[in-house]
Amino acid sequence: MKLELSHDDDWLPICDTTVLTPGRGMAALLPDGRQAALFRDRSGRLYAIDNRDPFTGAQVLSRGLIGSANGRTFVASPLLKQRFDLETGRCLDDDEVAVAVYPVRTS
Amino acid sequence: MPNTPGAAHTPTIVLVGHGMVGQRFLEALAERGVTGRARVVVLCEEPRPAYDRVQLSSYFSGRTPDDLSMVPEGFMAEHGVELRTGDPAVAIDREARTVTARSGLTVAYDTLVLATGSYPFVPPVPGKDAKGCFVYRTIEDLLAIEEYAKSARTGAVVGGGLLGLEAAGALKGLGLDTHVVEFAPRLMPVQVDEGGGAALLRTVEGMGLSVHTGVGTQEVTVGDDGAVTGMKLSDGSELAADMVVFSAGVRPRDQLARDCGLTVGERGGIAIDERCRTSDPAVYAIGECALAVDGRVYGLVAPGNEMALTAADAIAGRESSFTGADTSTKLKLLGVDVASFGDAHGAAEGCLDVVYADSRSGVYKKLVVDTDGRLLGGVLVGDADAYGMLRPLTGSVPPVSPEQLVLPAGAGAPVALGPESLPDDAVICSCHNVSKGAICEHATLPEVKKCTKAGTGCGSCVKVIQQLLPKTGDGGLCGCFPQTRQDLYEIVQVLRIASYAELLDRYGREEAKGGEGCEVCKPTVASILASLSHGYVLDGEQAALQDTNDHFLANMQRNGSYSIVPRIPGGEITPEKLIVIGEVARDFGLYTKITGGQRIDLFGARVEQLPAIWARLVDAGFESGHAYGKALRTVKSCVGQTWCRYGVQDSVRMAIDLELRYRGLRAPHKLKSAVSGCQRECAEAQSKDFGVIATANGWNLYVGGNGGATPRHADLLAKDLSDAALIRLIDRFLMYYIRTAERLERTAPWVERIGLDHVREVVVEDSLGIGEELDALMSRHVAGYRDEWSETLADPERLARFVSFVNAPDAPDPSVRFVPERGQIKPDLTFLTLEGVSAR
Ligand code: SRM
Ligand SMILES: Cc1cc2nc3c(=O)[nH]c(=O)nc-3n(C[C@H](O)[C@H](O)[C@H](O)COP(=O)(O)OP(=O)(O)OC[C@H]3O[C@@H](n4cnc5c(N)ncnc54)[C@H](O)[C@@H]3O)c2cc1C
Ligand code: SF4
Ligand code: FES
Repeated sequence: MKLELSHDDDWLPICDTTVLTPGRGMAALLPDGRQAALFRDRSGRLYAIDNRDPFTGAQVLSRGLIGSANGRTFVASPLLKQRFDLETGRCLDDDEVAVAVYPVRTS
Repeated sequence: MPNTPGAAHTPTIVLVGHGMVGQRFLEALAERGVTGRARVVVLCEEPRPAYDRVQLSSYFSGRTPDDLSMVPEGFMAEHGVELRTGDPAVAIDREARTVTARSGLTVAYDTLVLATGSYPFVPPVPGKDAKGCFVYRTIEDLLAIEEYAKSARTGAVVGGGLLGLEAAGALKGLGLDTHVVEFAPRLMPVQVDEGGGAALLRTVEGMGLSVHTGVGTQEVTVGDDGAVTGMKLSDGSELAADMVVFSAGVRPRDQLARDCGLTVGERGGIAIDERCRTSDPAVYAIGECALAVDGRVYGLVAPGNEMALTAADAIAGRESSFTGADTSTKLKLLGVDVASFGDAHGAAEGCLDVVYADSRSGVYKKLVVDTDGRLLGGVLVGDADAYGMLRPLTGSVPPVSPEQLVLPAGAGAPVALGPESLPDDAVICSCHNVSKGAICEHATLPEVKKCTKAGTGCGSCVKVIQQLLPKTGDGGLCGCFPQTRQDLYEIVQVLRIASYAELLDRYGREEAKGGEGCEVCKPTVASILASLSHGYVLDGEQAALQDTNDHFLANMQRNGSYSIVPRIPGGEITPEKLIVIGEVARDFGLYTKITGGQRIDLFGARVEQLPAIWARLVDAGFESGHAYGKALRTVKSCVGQTWCRYGVQDSVRMAIDLELRYRGLRAPHKLKSAVSGCQRECAEAQSKDFGVIATANGWNLYVGGNGGATPRHADLLAKDLSDAALIRLIDRFLMYYIRTAERLERTAPWVERIGLDHVREVVVEDSLGIGEELDALMSRHVAGYRDEWSETLADPERLARFVSFVNAPDAPDPSVRFVPERGQIKPDLTFLTLEGVSAR
C-alpha cells in the first residue's frame, strides 16, 4: 500500500506504508520545498503534519516519539519536548501554537 | 500636564525600584491590560532586572544570577515596558510630577509607584565600614562576599535571625569557621519561641557553627591594613574574624519619599492607605518600603505581592484593598526546617500550648489553640512537614486533636491528615494567596504555576499542591504506568517481558492500555529492556521506543543536525587516530570541539551523512561513545604514575579498563567516571558517579558524585582495594543502581535517597544476598557488548532509516544550513527563524 498526501489539490504519492515503523516518523520533501512529518501508530493509522517545530524553527518533528493521552495521539518534539496533536496539529502545551496538518490516504 | 482636555494623552506610570514586588506589580499591570494603554517606565538601581531575593542563598549552591531572574523572557518588550537598569531615582518633584534619575533623565508621571524595598541595618559601631565588612541583600553583595572569603578563614555574622542564619550558612559553605552573634537570648527571636530556639541552637551548633546569644557587638576591630581582624562583644570578650557580615535587620528605604514631603511613619516606612496610596494620591508605595494601615512594615514577599496587586487594581480602576497580612513563614535554614504561622508566640488571651520536643533529633513543635479548640498558630523546628497542612487550618478546629497533630508518625499518631480534608477556601500558597479551590481547577503543577502563580514564590507549598492534583501524582512513572521505574524493572526481569507493548497492555493504567504510550515511558522501558536483554538497541519494536538521539546514535543539535562523539577510552589517543578525526571533520565540514569529557565532538552532520562518517571512523578503530544514550559516558583519567612525579598507580590503564568494561551499559541516567593517580585528584574523580583515586596500597572507590546543576561530592565507599576487588564493587554498585533508581535519577540523588549506609550494606557487605546475581548481570553485559555503529553499518536494513526524506533518500535537508565562525561552521539560525512563521 502506498501512502499519499494531499498537496495543492492533488494526491502526492510518498512511500510504501510499511516503510514507517509504528510509533516513529519519517520526513517527506514536498514539491514546494515544505516538509511533512509522517507517522504510523500501533493500529496502523497514518498521520501527516508539518515537519517544522514552531518553537525552534528546525525541521525535526518527524524525529519525535509519538504517544497518546486522553484518547489523542501526539508527537513530542525531539528538541524541547512540546507535544503536538497529530490529528489537529495543535500544540498541547501552548494553546496559541499549531502546525499544519496534511490529509493522507492509502491507495 | 496630565489629562489635558481634548488632547489624546497616554498616561505615564513610573515605577521606582525593580525588586521582587516591583516585578510582581508590572505583571499585575500587564494582566489588567494597563500596559497596553499606558507608558510604563521603570527606574532600577541594581545592574540587573528583578531577581528572586528569597532564593538568594541558592547562588552558593550553584544557581547563577540568570537562574534567579524573575522576569519572563521577552516580558519587557512584549508589554512595552521601558526598563532602565543601573539608573536609580534621585529626586521626586511632586508639584511638577516628575522623577529625576541619576543619569539626569527626568520623566513626567501621572502615577508614581515606589517599590524601593529596604536596606540592611548596620549598627553604628566603630569599624563597621572597614575592609571585610559586608551586608547580605543583593547579588552584588554575594559576589563580594564570595571573593573576599577566598582569602579568609574565619567569619562572623552579626544577627541570628532568619537572614543572619542564611548568611552564616553561606559563610560556612564557603569553608569559613563561622560565628553567629545574636543580641536576643535565642536564635530567630521573631519567628520562634524559647523552646524552638533551643532546638534550633542544638542543631545549628551540631553543624559546626559557633553561636553567641545574649551578647551585642560593640566594635569591629581593624588591623593596620584597614581590614577587619575581629569583634569586641558586650560581655567584654573578643572574637577573631577575617570578615564580618551584618544581618541585624532591615529598614525601609523611604528617603526619596521623605525628601519630597510624603508622610512616613515614626519608625520609618512610607505611609499608605488601604489602596496603597501615599499621602499624595498620585503616588503609591508597595513592598518593604511601605507602612501599611495596620501600622506594620512587612519584610516578606507575600504581603508585598498583595500590595502590588492592590496598587495595580487601584490604577486599573478596580476595587481591592490591603489591610494587613499573615506573616507565616517556612524556611530551610542550613538544612533545618523552621516554620512559624499565625499567633506563634501565643499572644492571644487564654490560649493553650500543645508542645512536642525531642532534643535528640532537634525536633520541636508547638501549636497554639484557643479554649474552643481552634488552631491559632504554631512553631515547628526540625520537622516542618505538617506546615503546609496546618497553616491553612489556622482559625478553624482541626479534624483531629492537636496532640495527634504534633506527635511524630508512628508514635500513636493517626494516619496523617491529608490536604483533601481542607476546606476549599483554605489558602495553600501564602506567597500568592491562592486557595485550595483555585488550585484544584488545574490538572498539573506547571499549569497551576502558570495560571495561579502558586508555588512560584518560596516554594514551600509545592508539596501540598502536588497532593491536591489529580494523579499521576501517585508516584507512577507517567500517565501510562502507575508503577515506578524500579517496579517496572522488577516486572520485566521477573516475568521476562520482552516488549513494550506487552508491558503497556498488561501493566499500564487502564486508560493507557492499547494506546501509544508516551515520550516518557517509551525510552525508560527501552532502557530497562536494554539493561536486561543486551540486544542491539535498534531492533524490532525497540526501534520505536528510543529518543531520537538513541535512534540515530548521535546527538540532535538545535538546527536538526547531529553531533558525533567517538569513544576515546580514558582520554588516551594515538596521533594516527587524532589525524583520522581531523581528516573526517575536514572532509565533511564538521565543527570540532574538545569536550569536558576528554574527547572530541564533531558537530553539524546531517542524518544521511552519519553512516558515511562512521564508516571512516569505525575503519580507523573508533567505536560509539554513547554521548546520546543514558549509558556510560567517559572514564576520565589523569596521566598518572607512568609520567607524573606524584602518581602512585597507573591511572590511565585503570580508566581504560573501566571504560571498556562498562561501555554501552544502559542505565536510568548517564554514568560518568574518572581515575586519578594520587590524592591530588587531577581527574576530578570525586565529582563522578563512580570515581577512583590511587593510594599506595591500591584504590579508593568513591560513589554518588555529580557535577551539573546540583553538584555533589562523592562518598568514599571502600579503601585500598585491589584491582579485582575494585571492579567487583563497581559492578555491584552499578547493577544495584540500575535496578533500583528512578527514571533520570543520577547516582547522586539515588545515594541521597536510599542512604549511603544502605548502599554500603548491599554492595560491600551483600546484606541482601544478591551480590552474585548482580555479578552475573554485569558479566552478561560485558560478554554481550557490541559496538552499535559497526553493527549498524553492517546491516542495510538498519541503515535505511538514515535518510533526511523518505521520498527523496539522496536529498540533503535544505533547512540545515551553516554560517562561518572563527574558521569553522555554526548553525544558521536566522535562516530557521525566517522561514514563514517566526519561531517562538
Ligand atoms: C559536549 C559536552 C560539552 C562540551 O562541549 O564539553 C556536553 C554536552 C551536553 N551535555 Fe553535558 N556535556 C559535556 C560534559 C558535561 C560535564 C563534564 C564532564 O562530564 O566531566 C558535565 C558535569 C558532570 C556531571 O555530569 O556530573 C555535564 C553535565 C550535564 C548535565 C547535568 C547533569 C546533572 O546530573 O545535573 C546535563 C543535563 C542532563 O543530562 O539532564 C547535560 C547534557 C548535555 C547535552 C546532552 C544536552 C542536550 O540534551 O543536548 C549536551 C549534548 C552533547 C552533544 O550534543 O554532543 N550535561 N556535561 C560535554 C561532553 C562530554 C563527553 O565527552 O561526553
Ligand atoms: C537573603 C534573603 C532571604 C529572604 N528570605 C525570605 C523568605 O524566605 N521569605 C520571604 O517572604 N521573604 C524573604 N526575604 C525578604 C524578601 O526578599 C523581601 O521581602 C522582598 O524582596 C521585598 O521586595 P521589594 O520589591 O519590596 O524589595 P526589594 O526586593 O529589596 O527591591 C527593591 C529594589 O528597589 C531598588 N531601589 C531602591 N531605591 C531605589 C531608587 N531610588 N531608585 C531605583 N531603585 C531603587 C533596590 O535596589 C531594589 O532592587 C529574604 C530576603 C533576603 C535578603
Ligand atoms: S592526580 Fe596525582 S598522579 Fe594524577 S596527574 Fe595529578 S598529581 Fe599526577
Ligand atoms: S507559599 Fe510560597 S510559593 Fe506558595
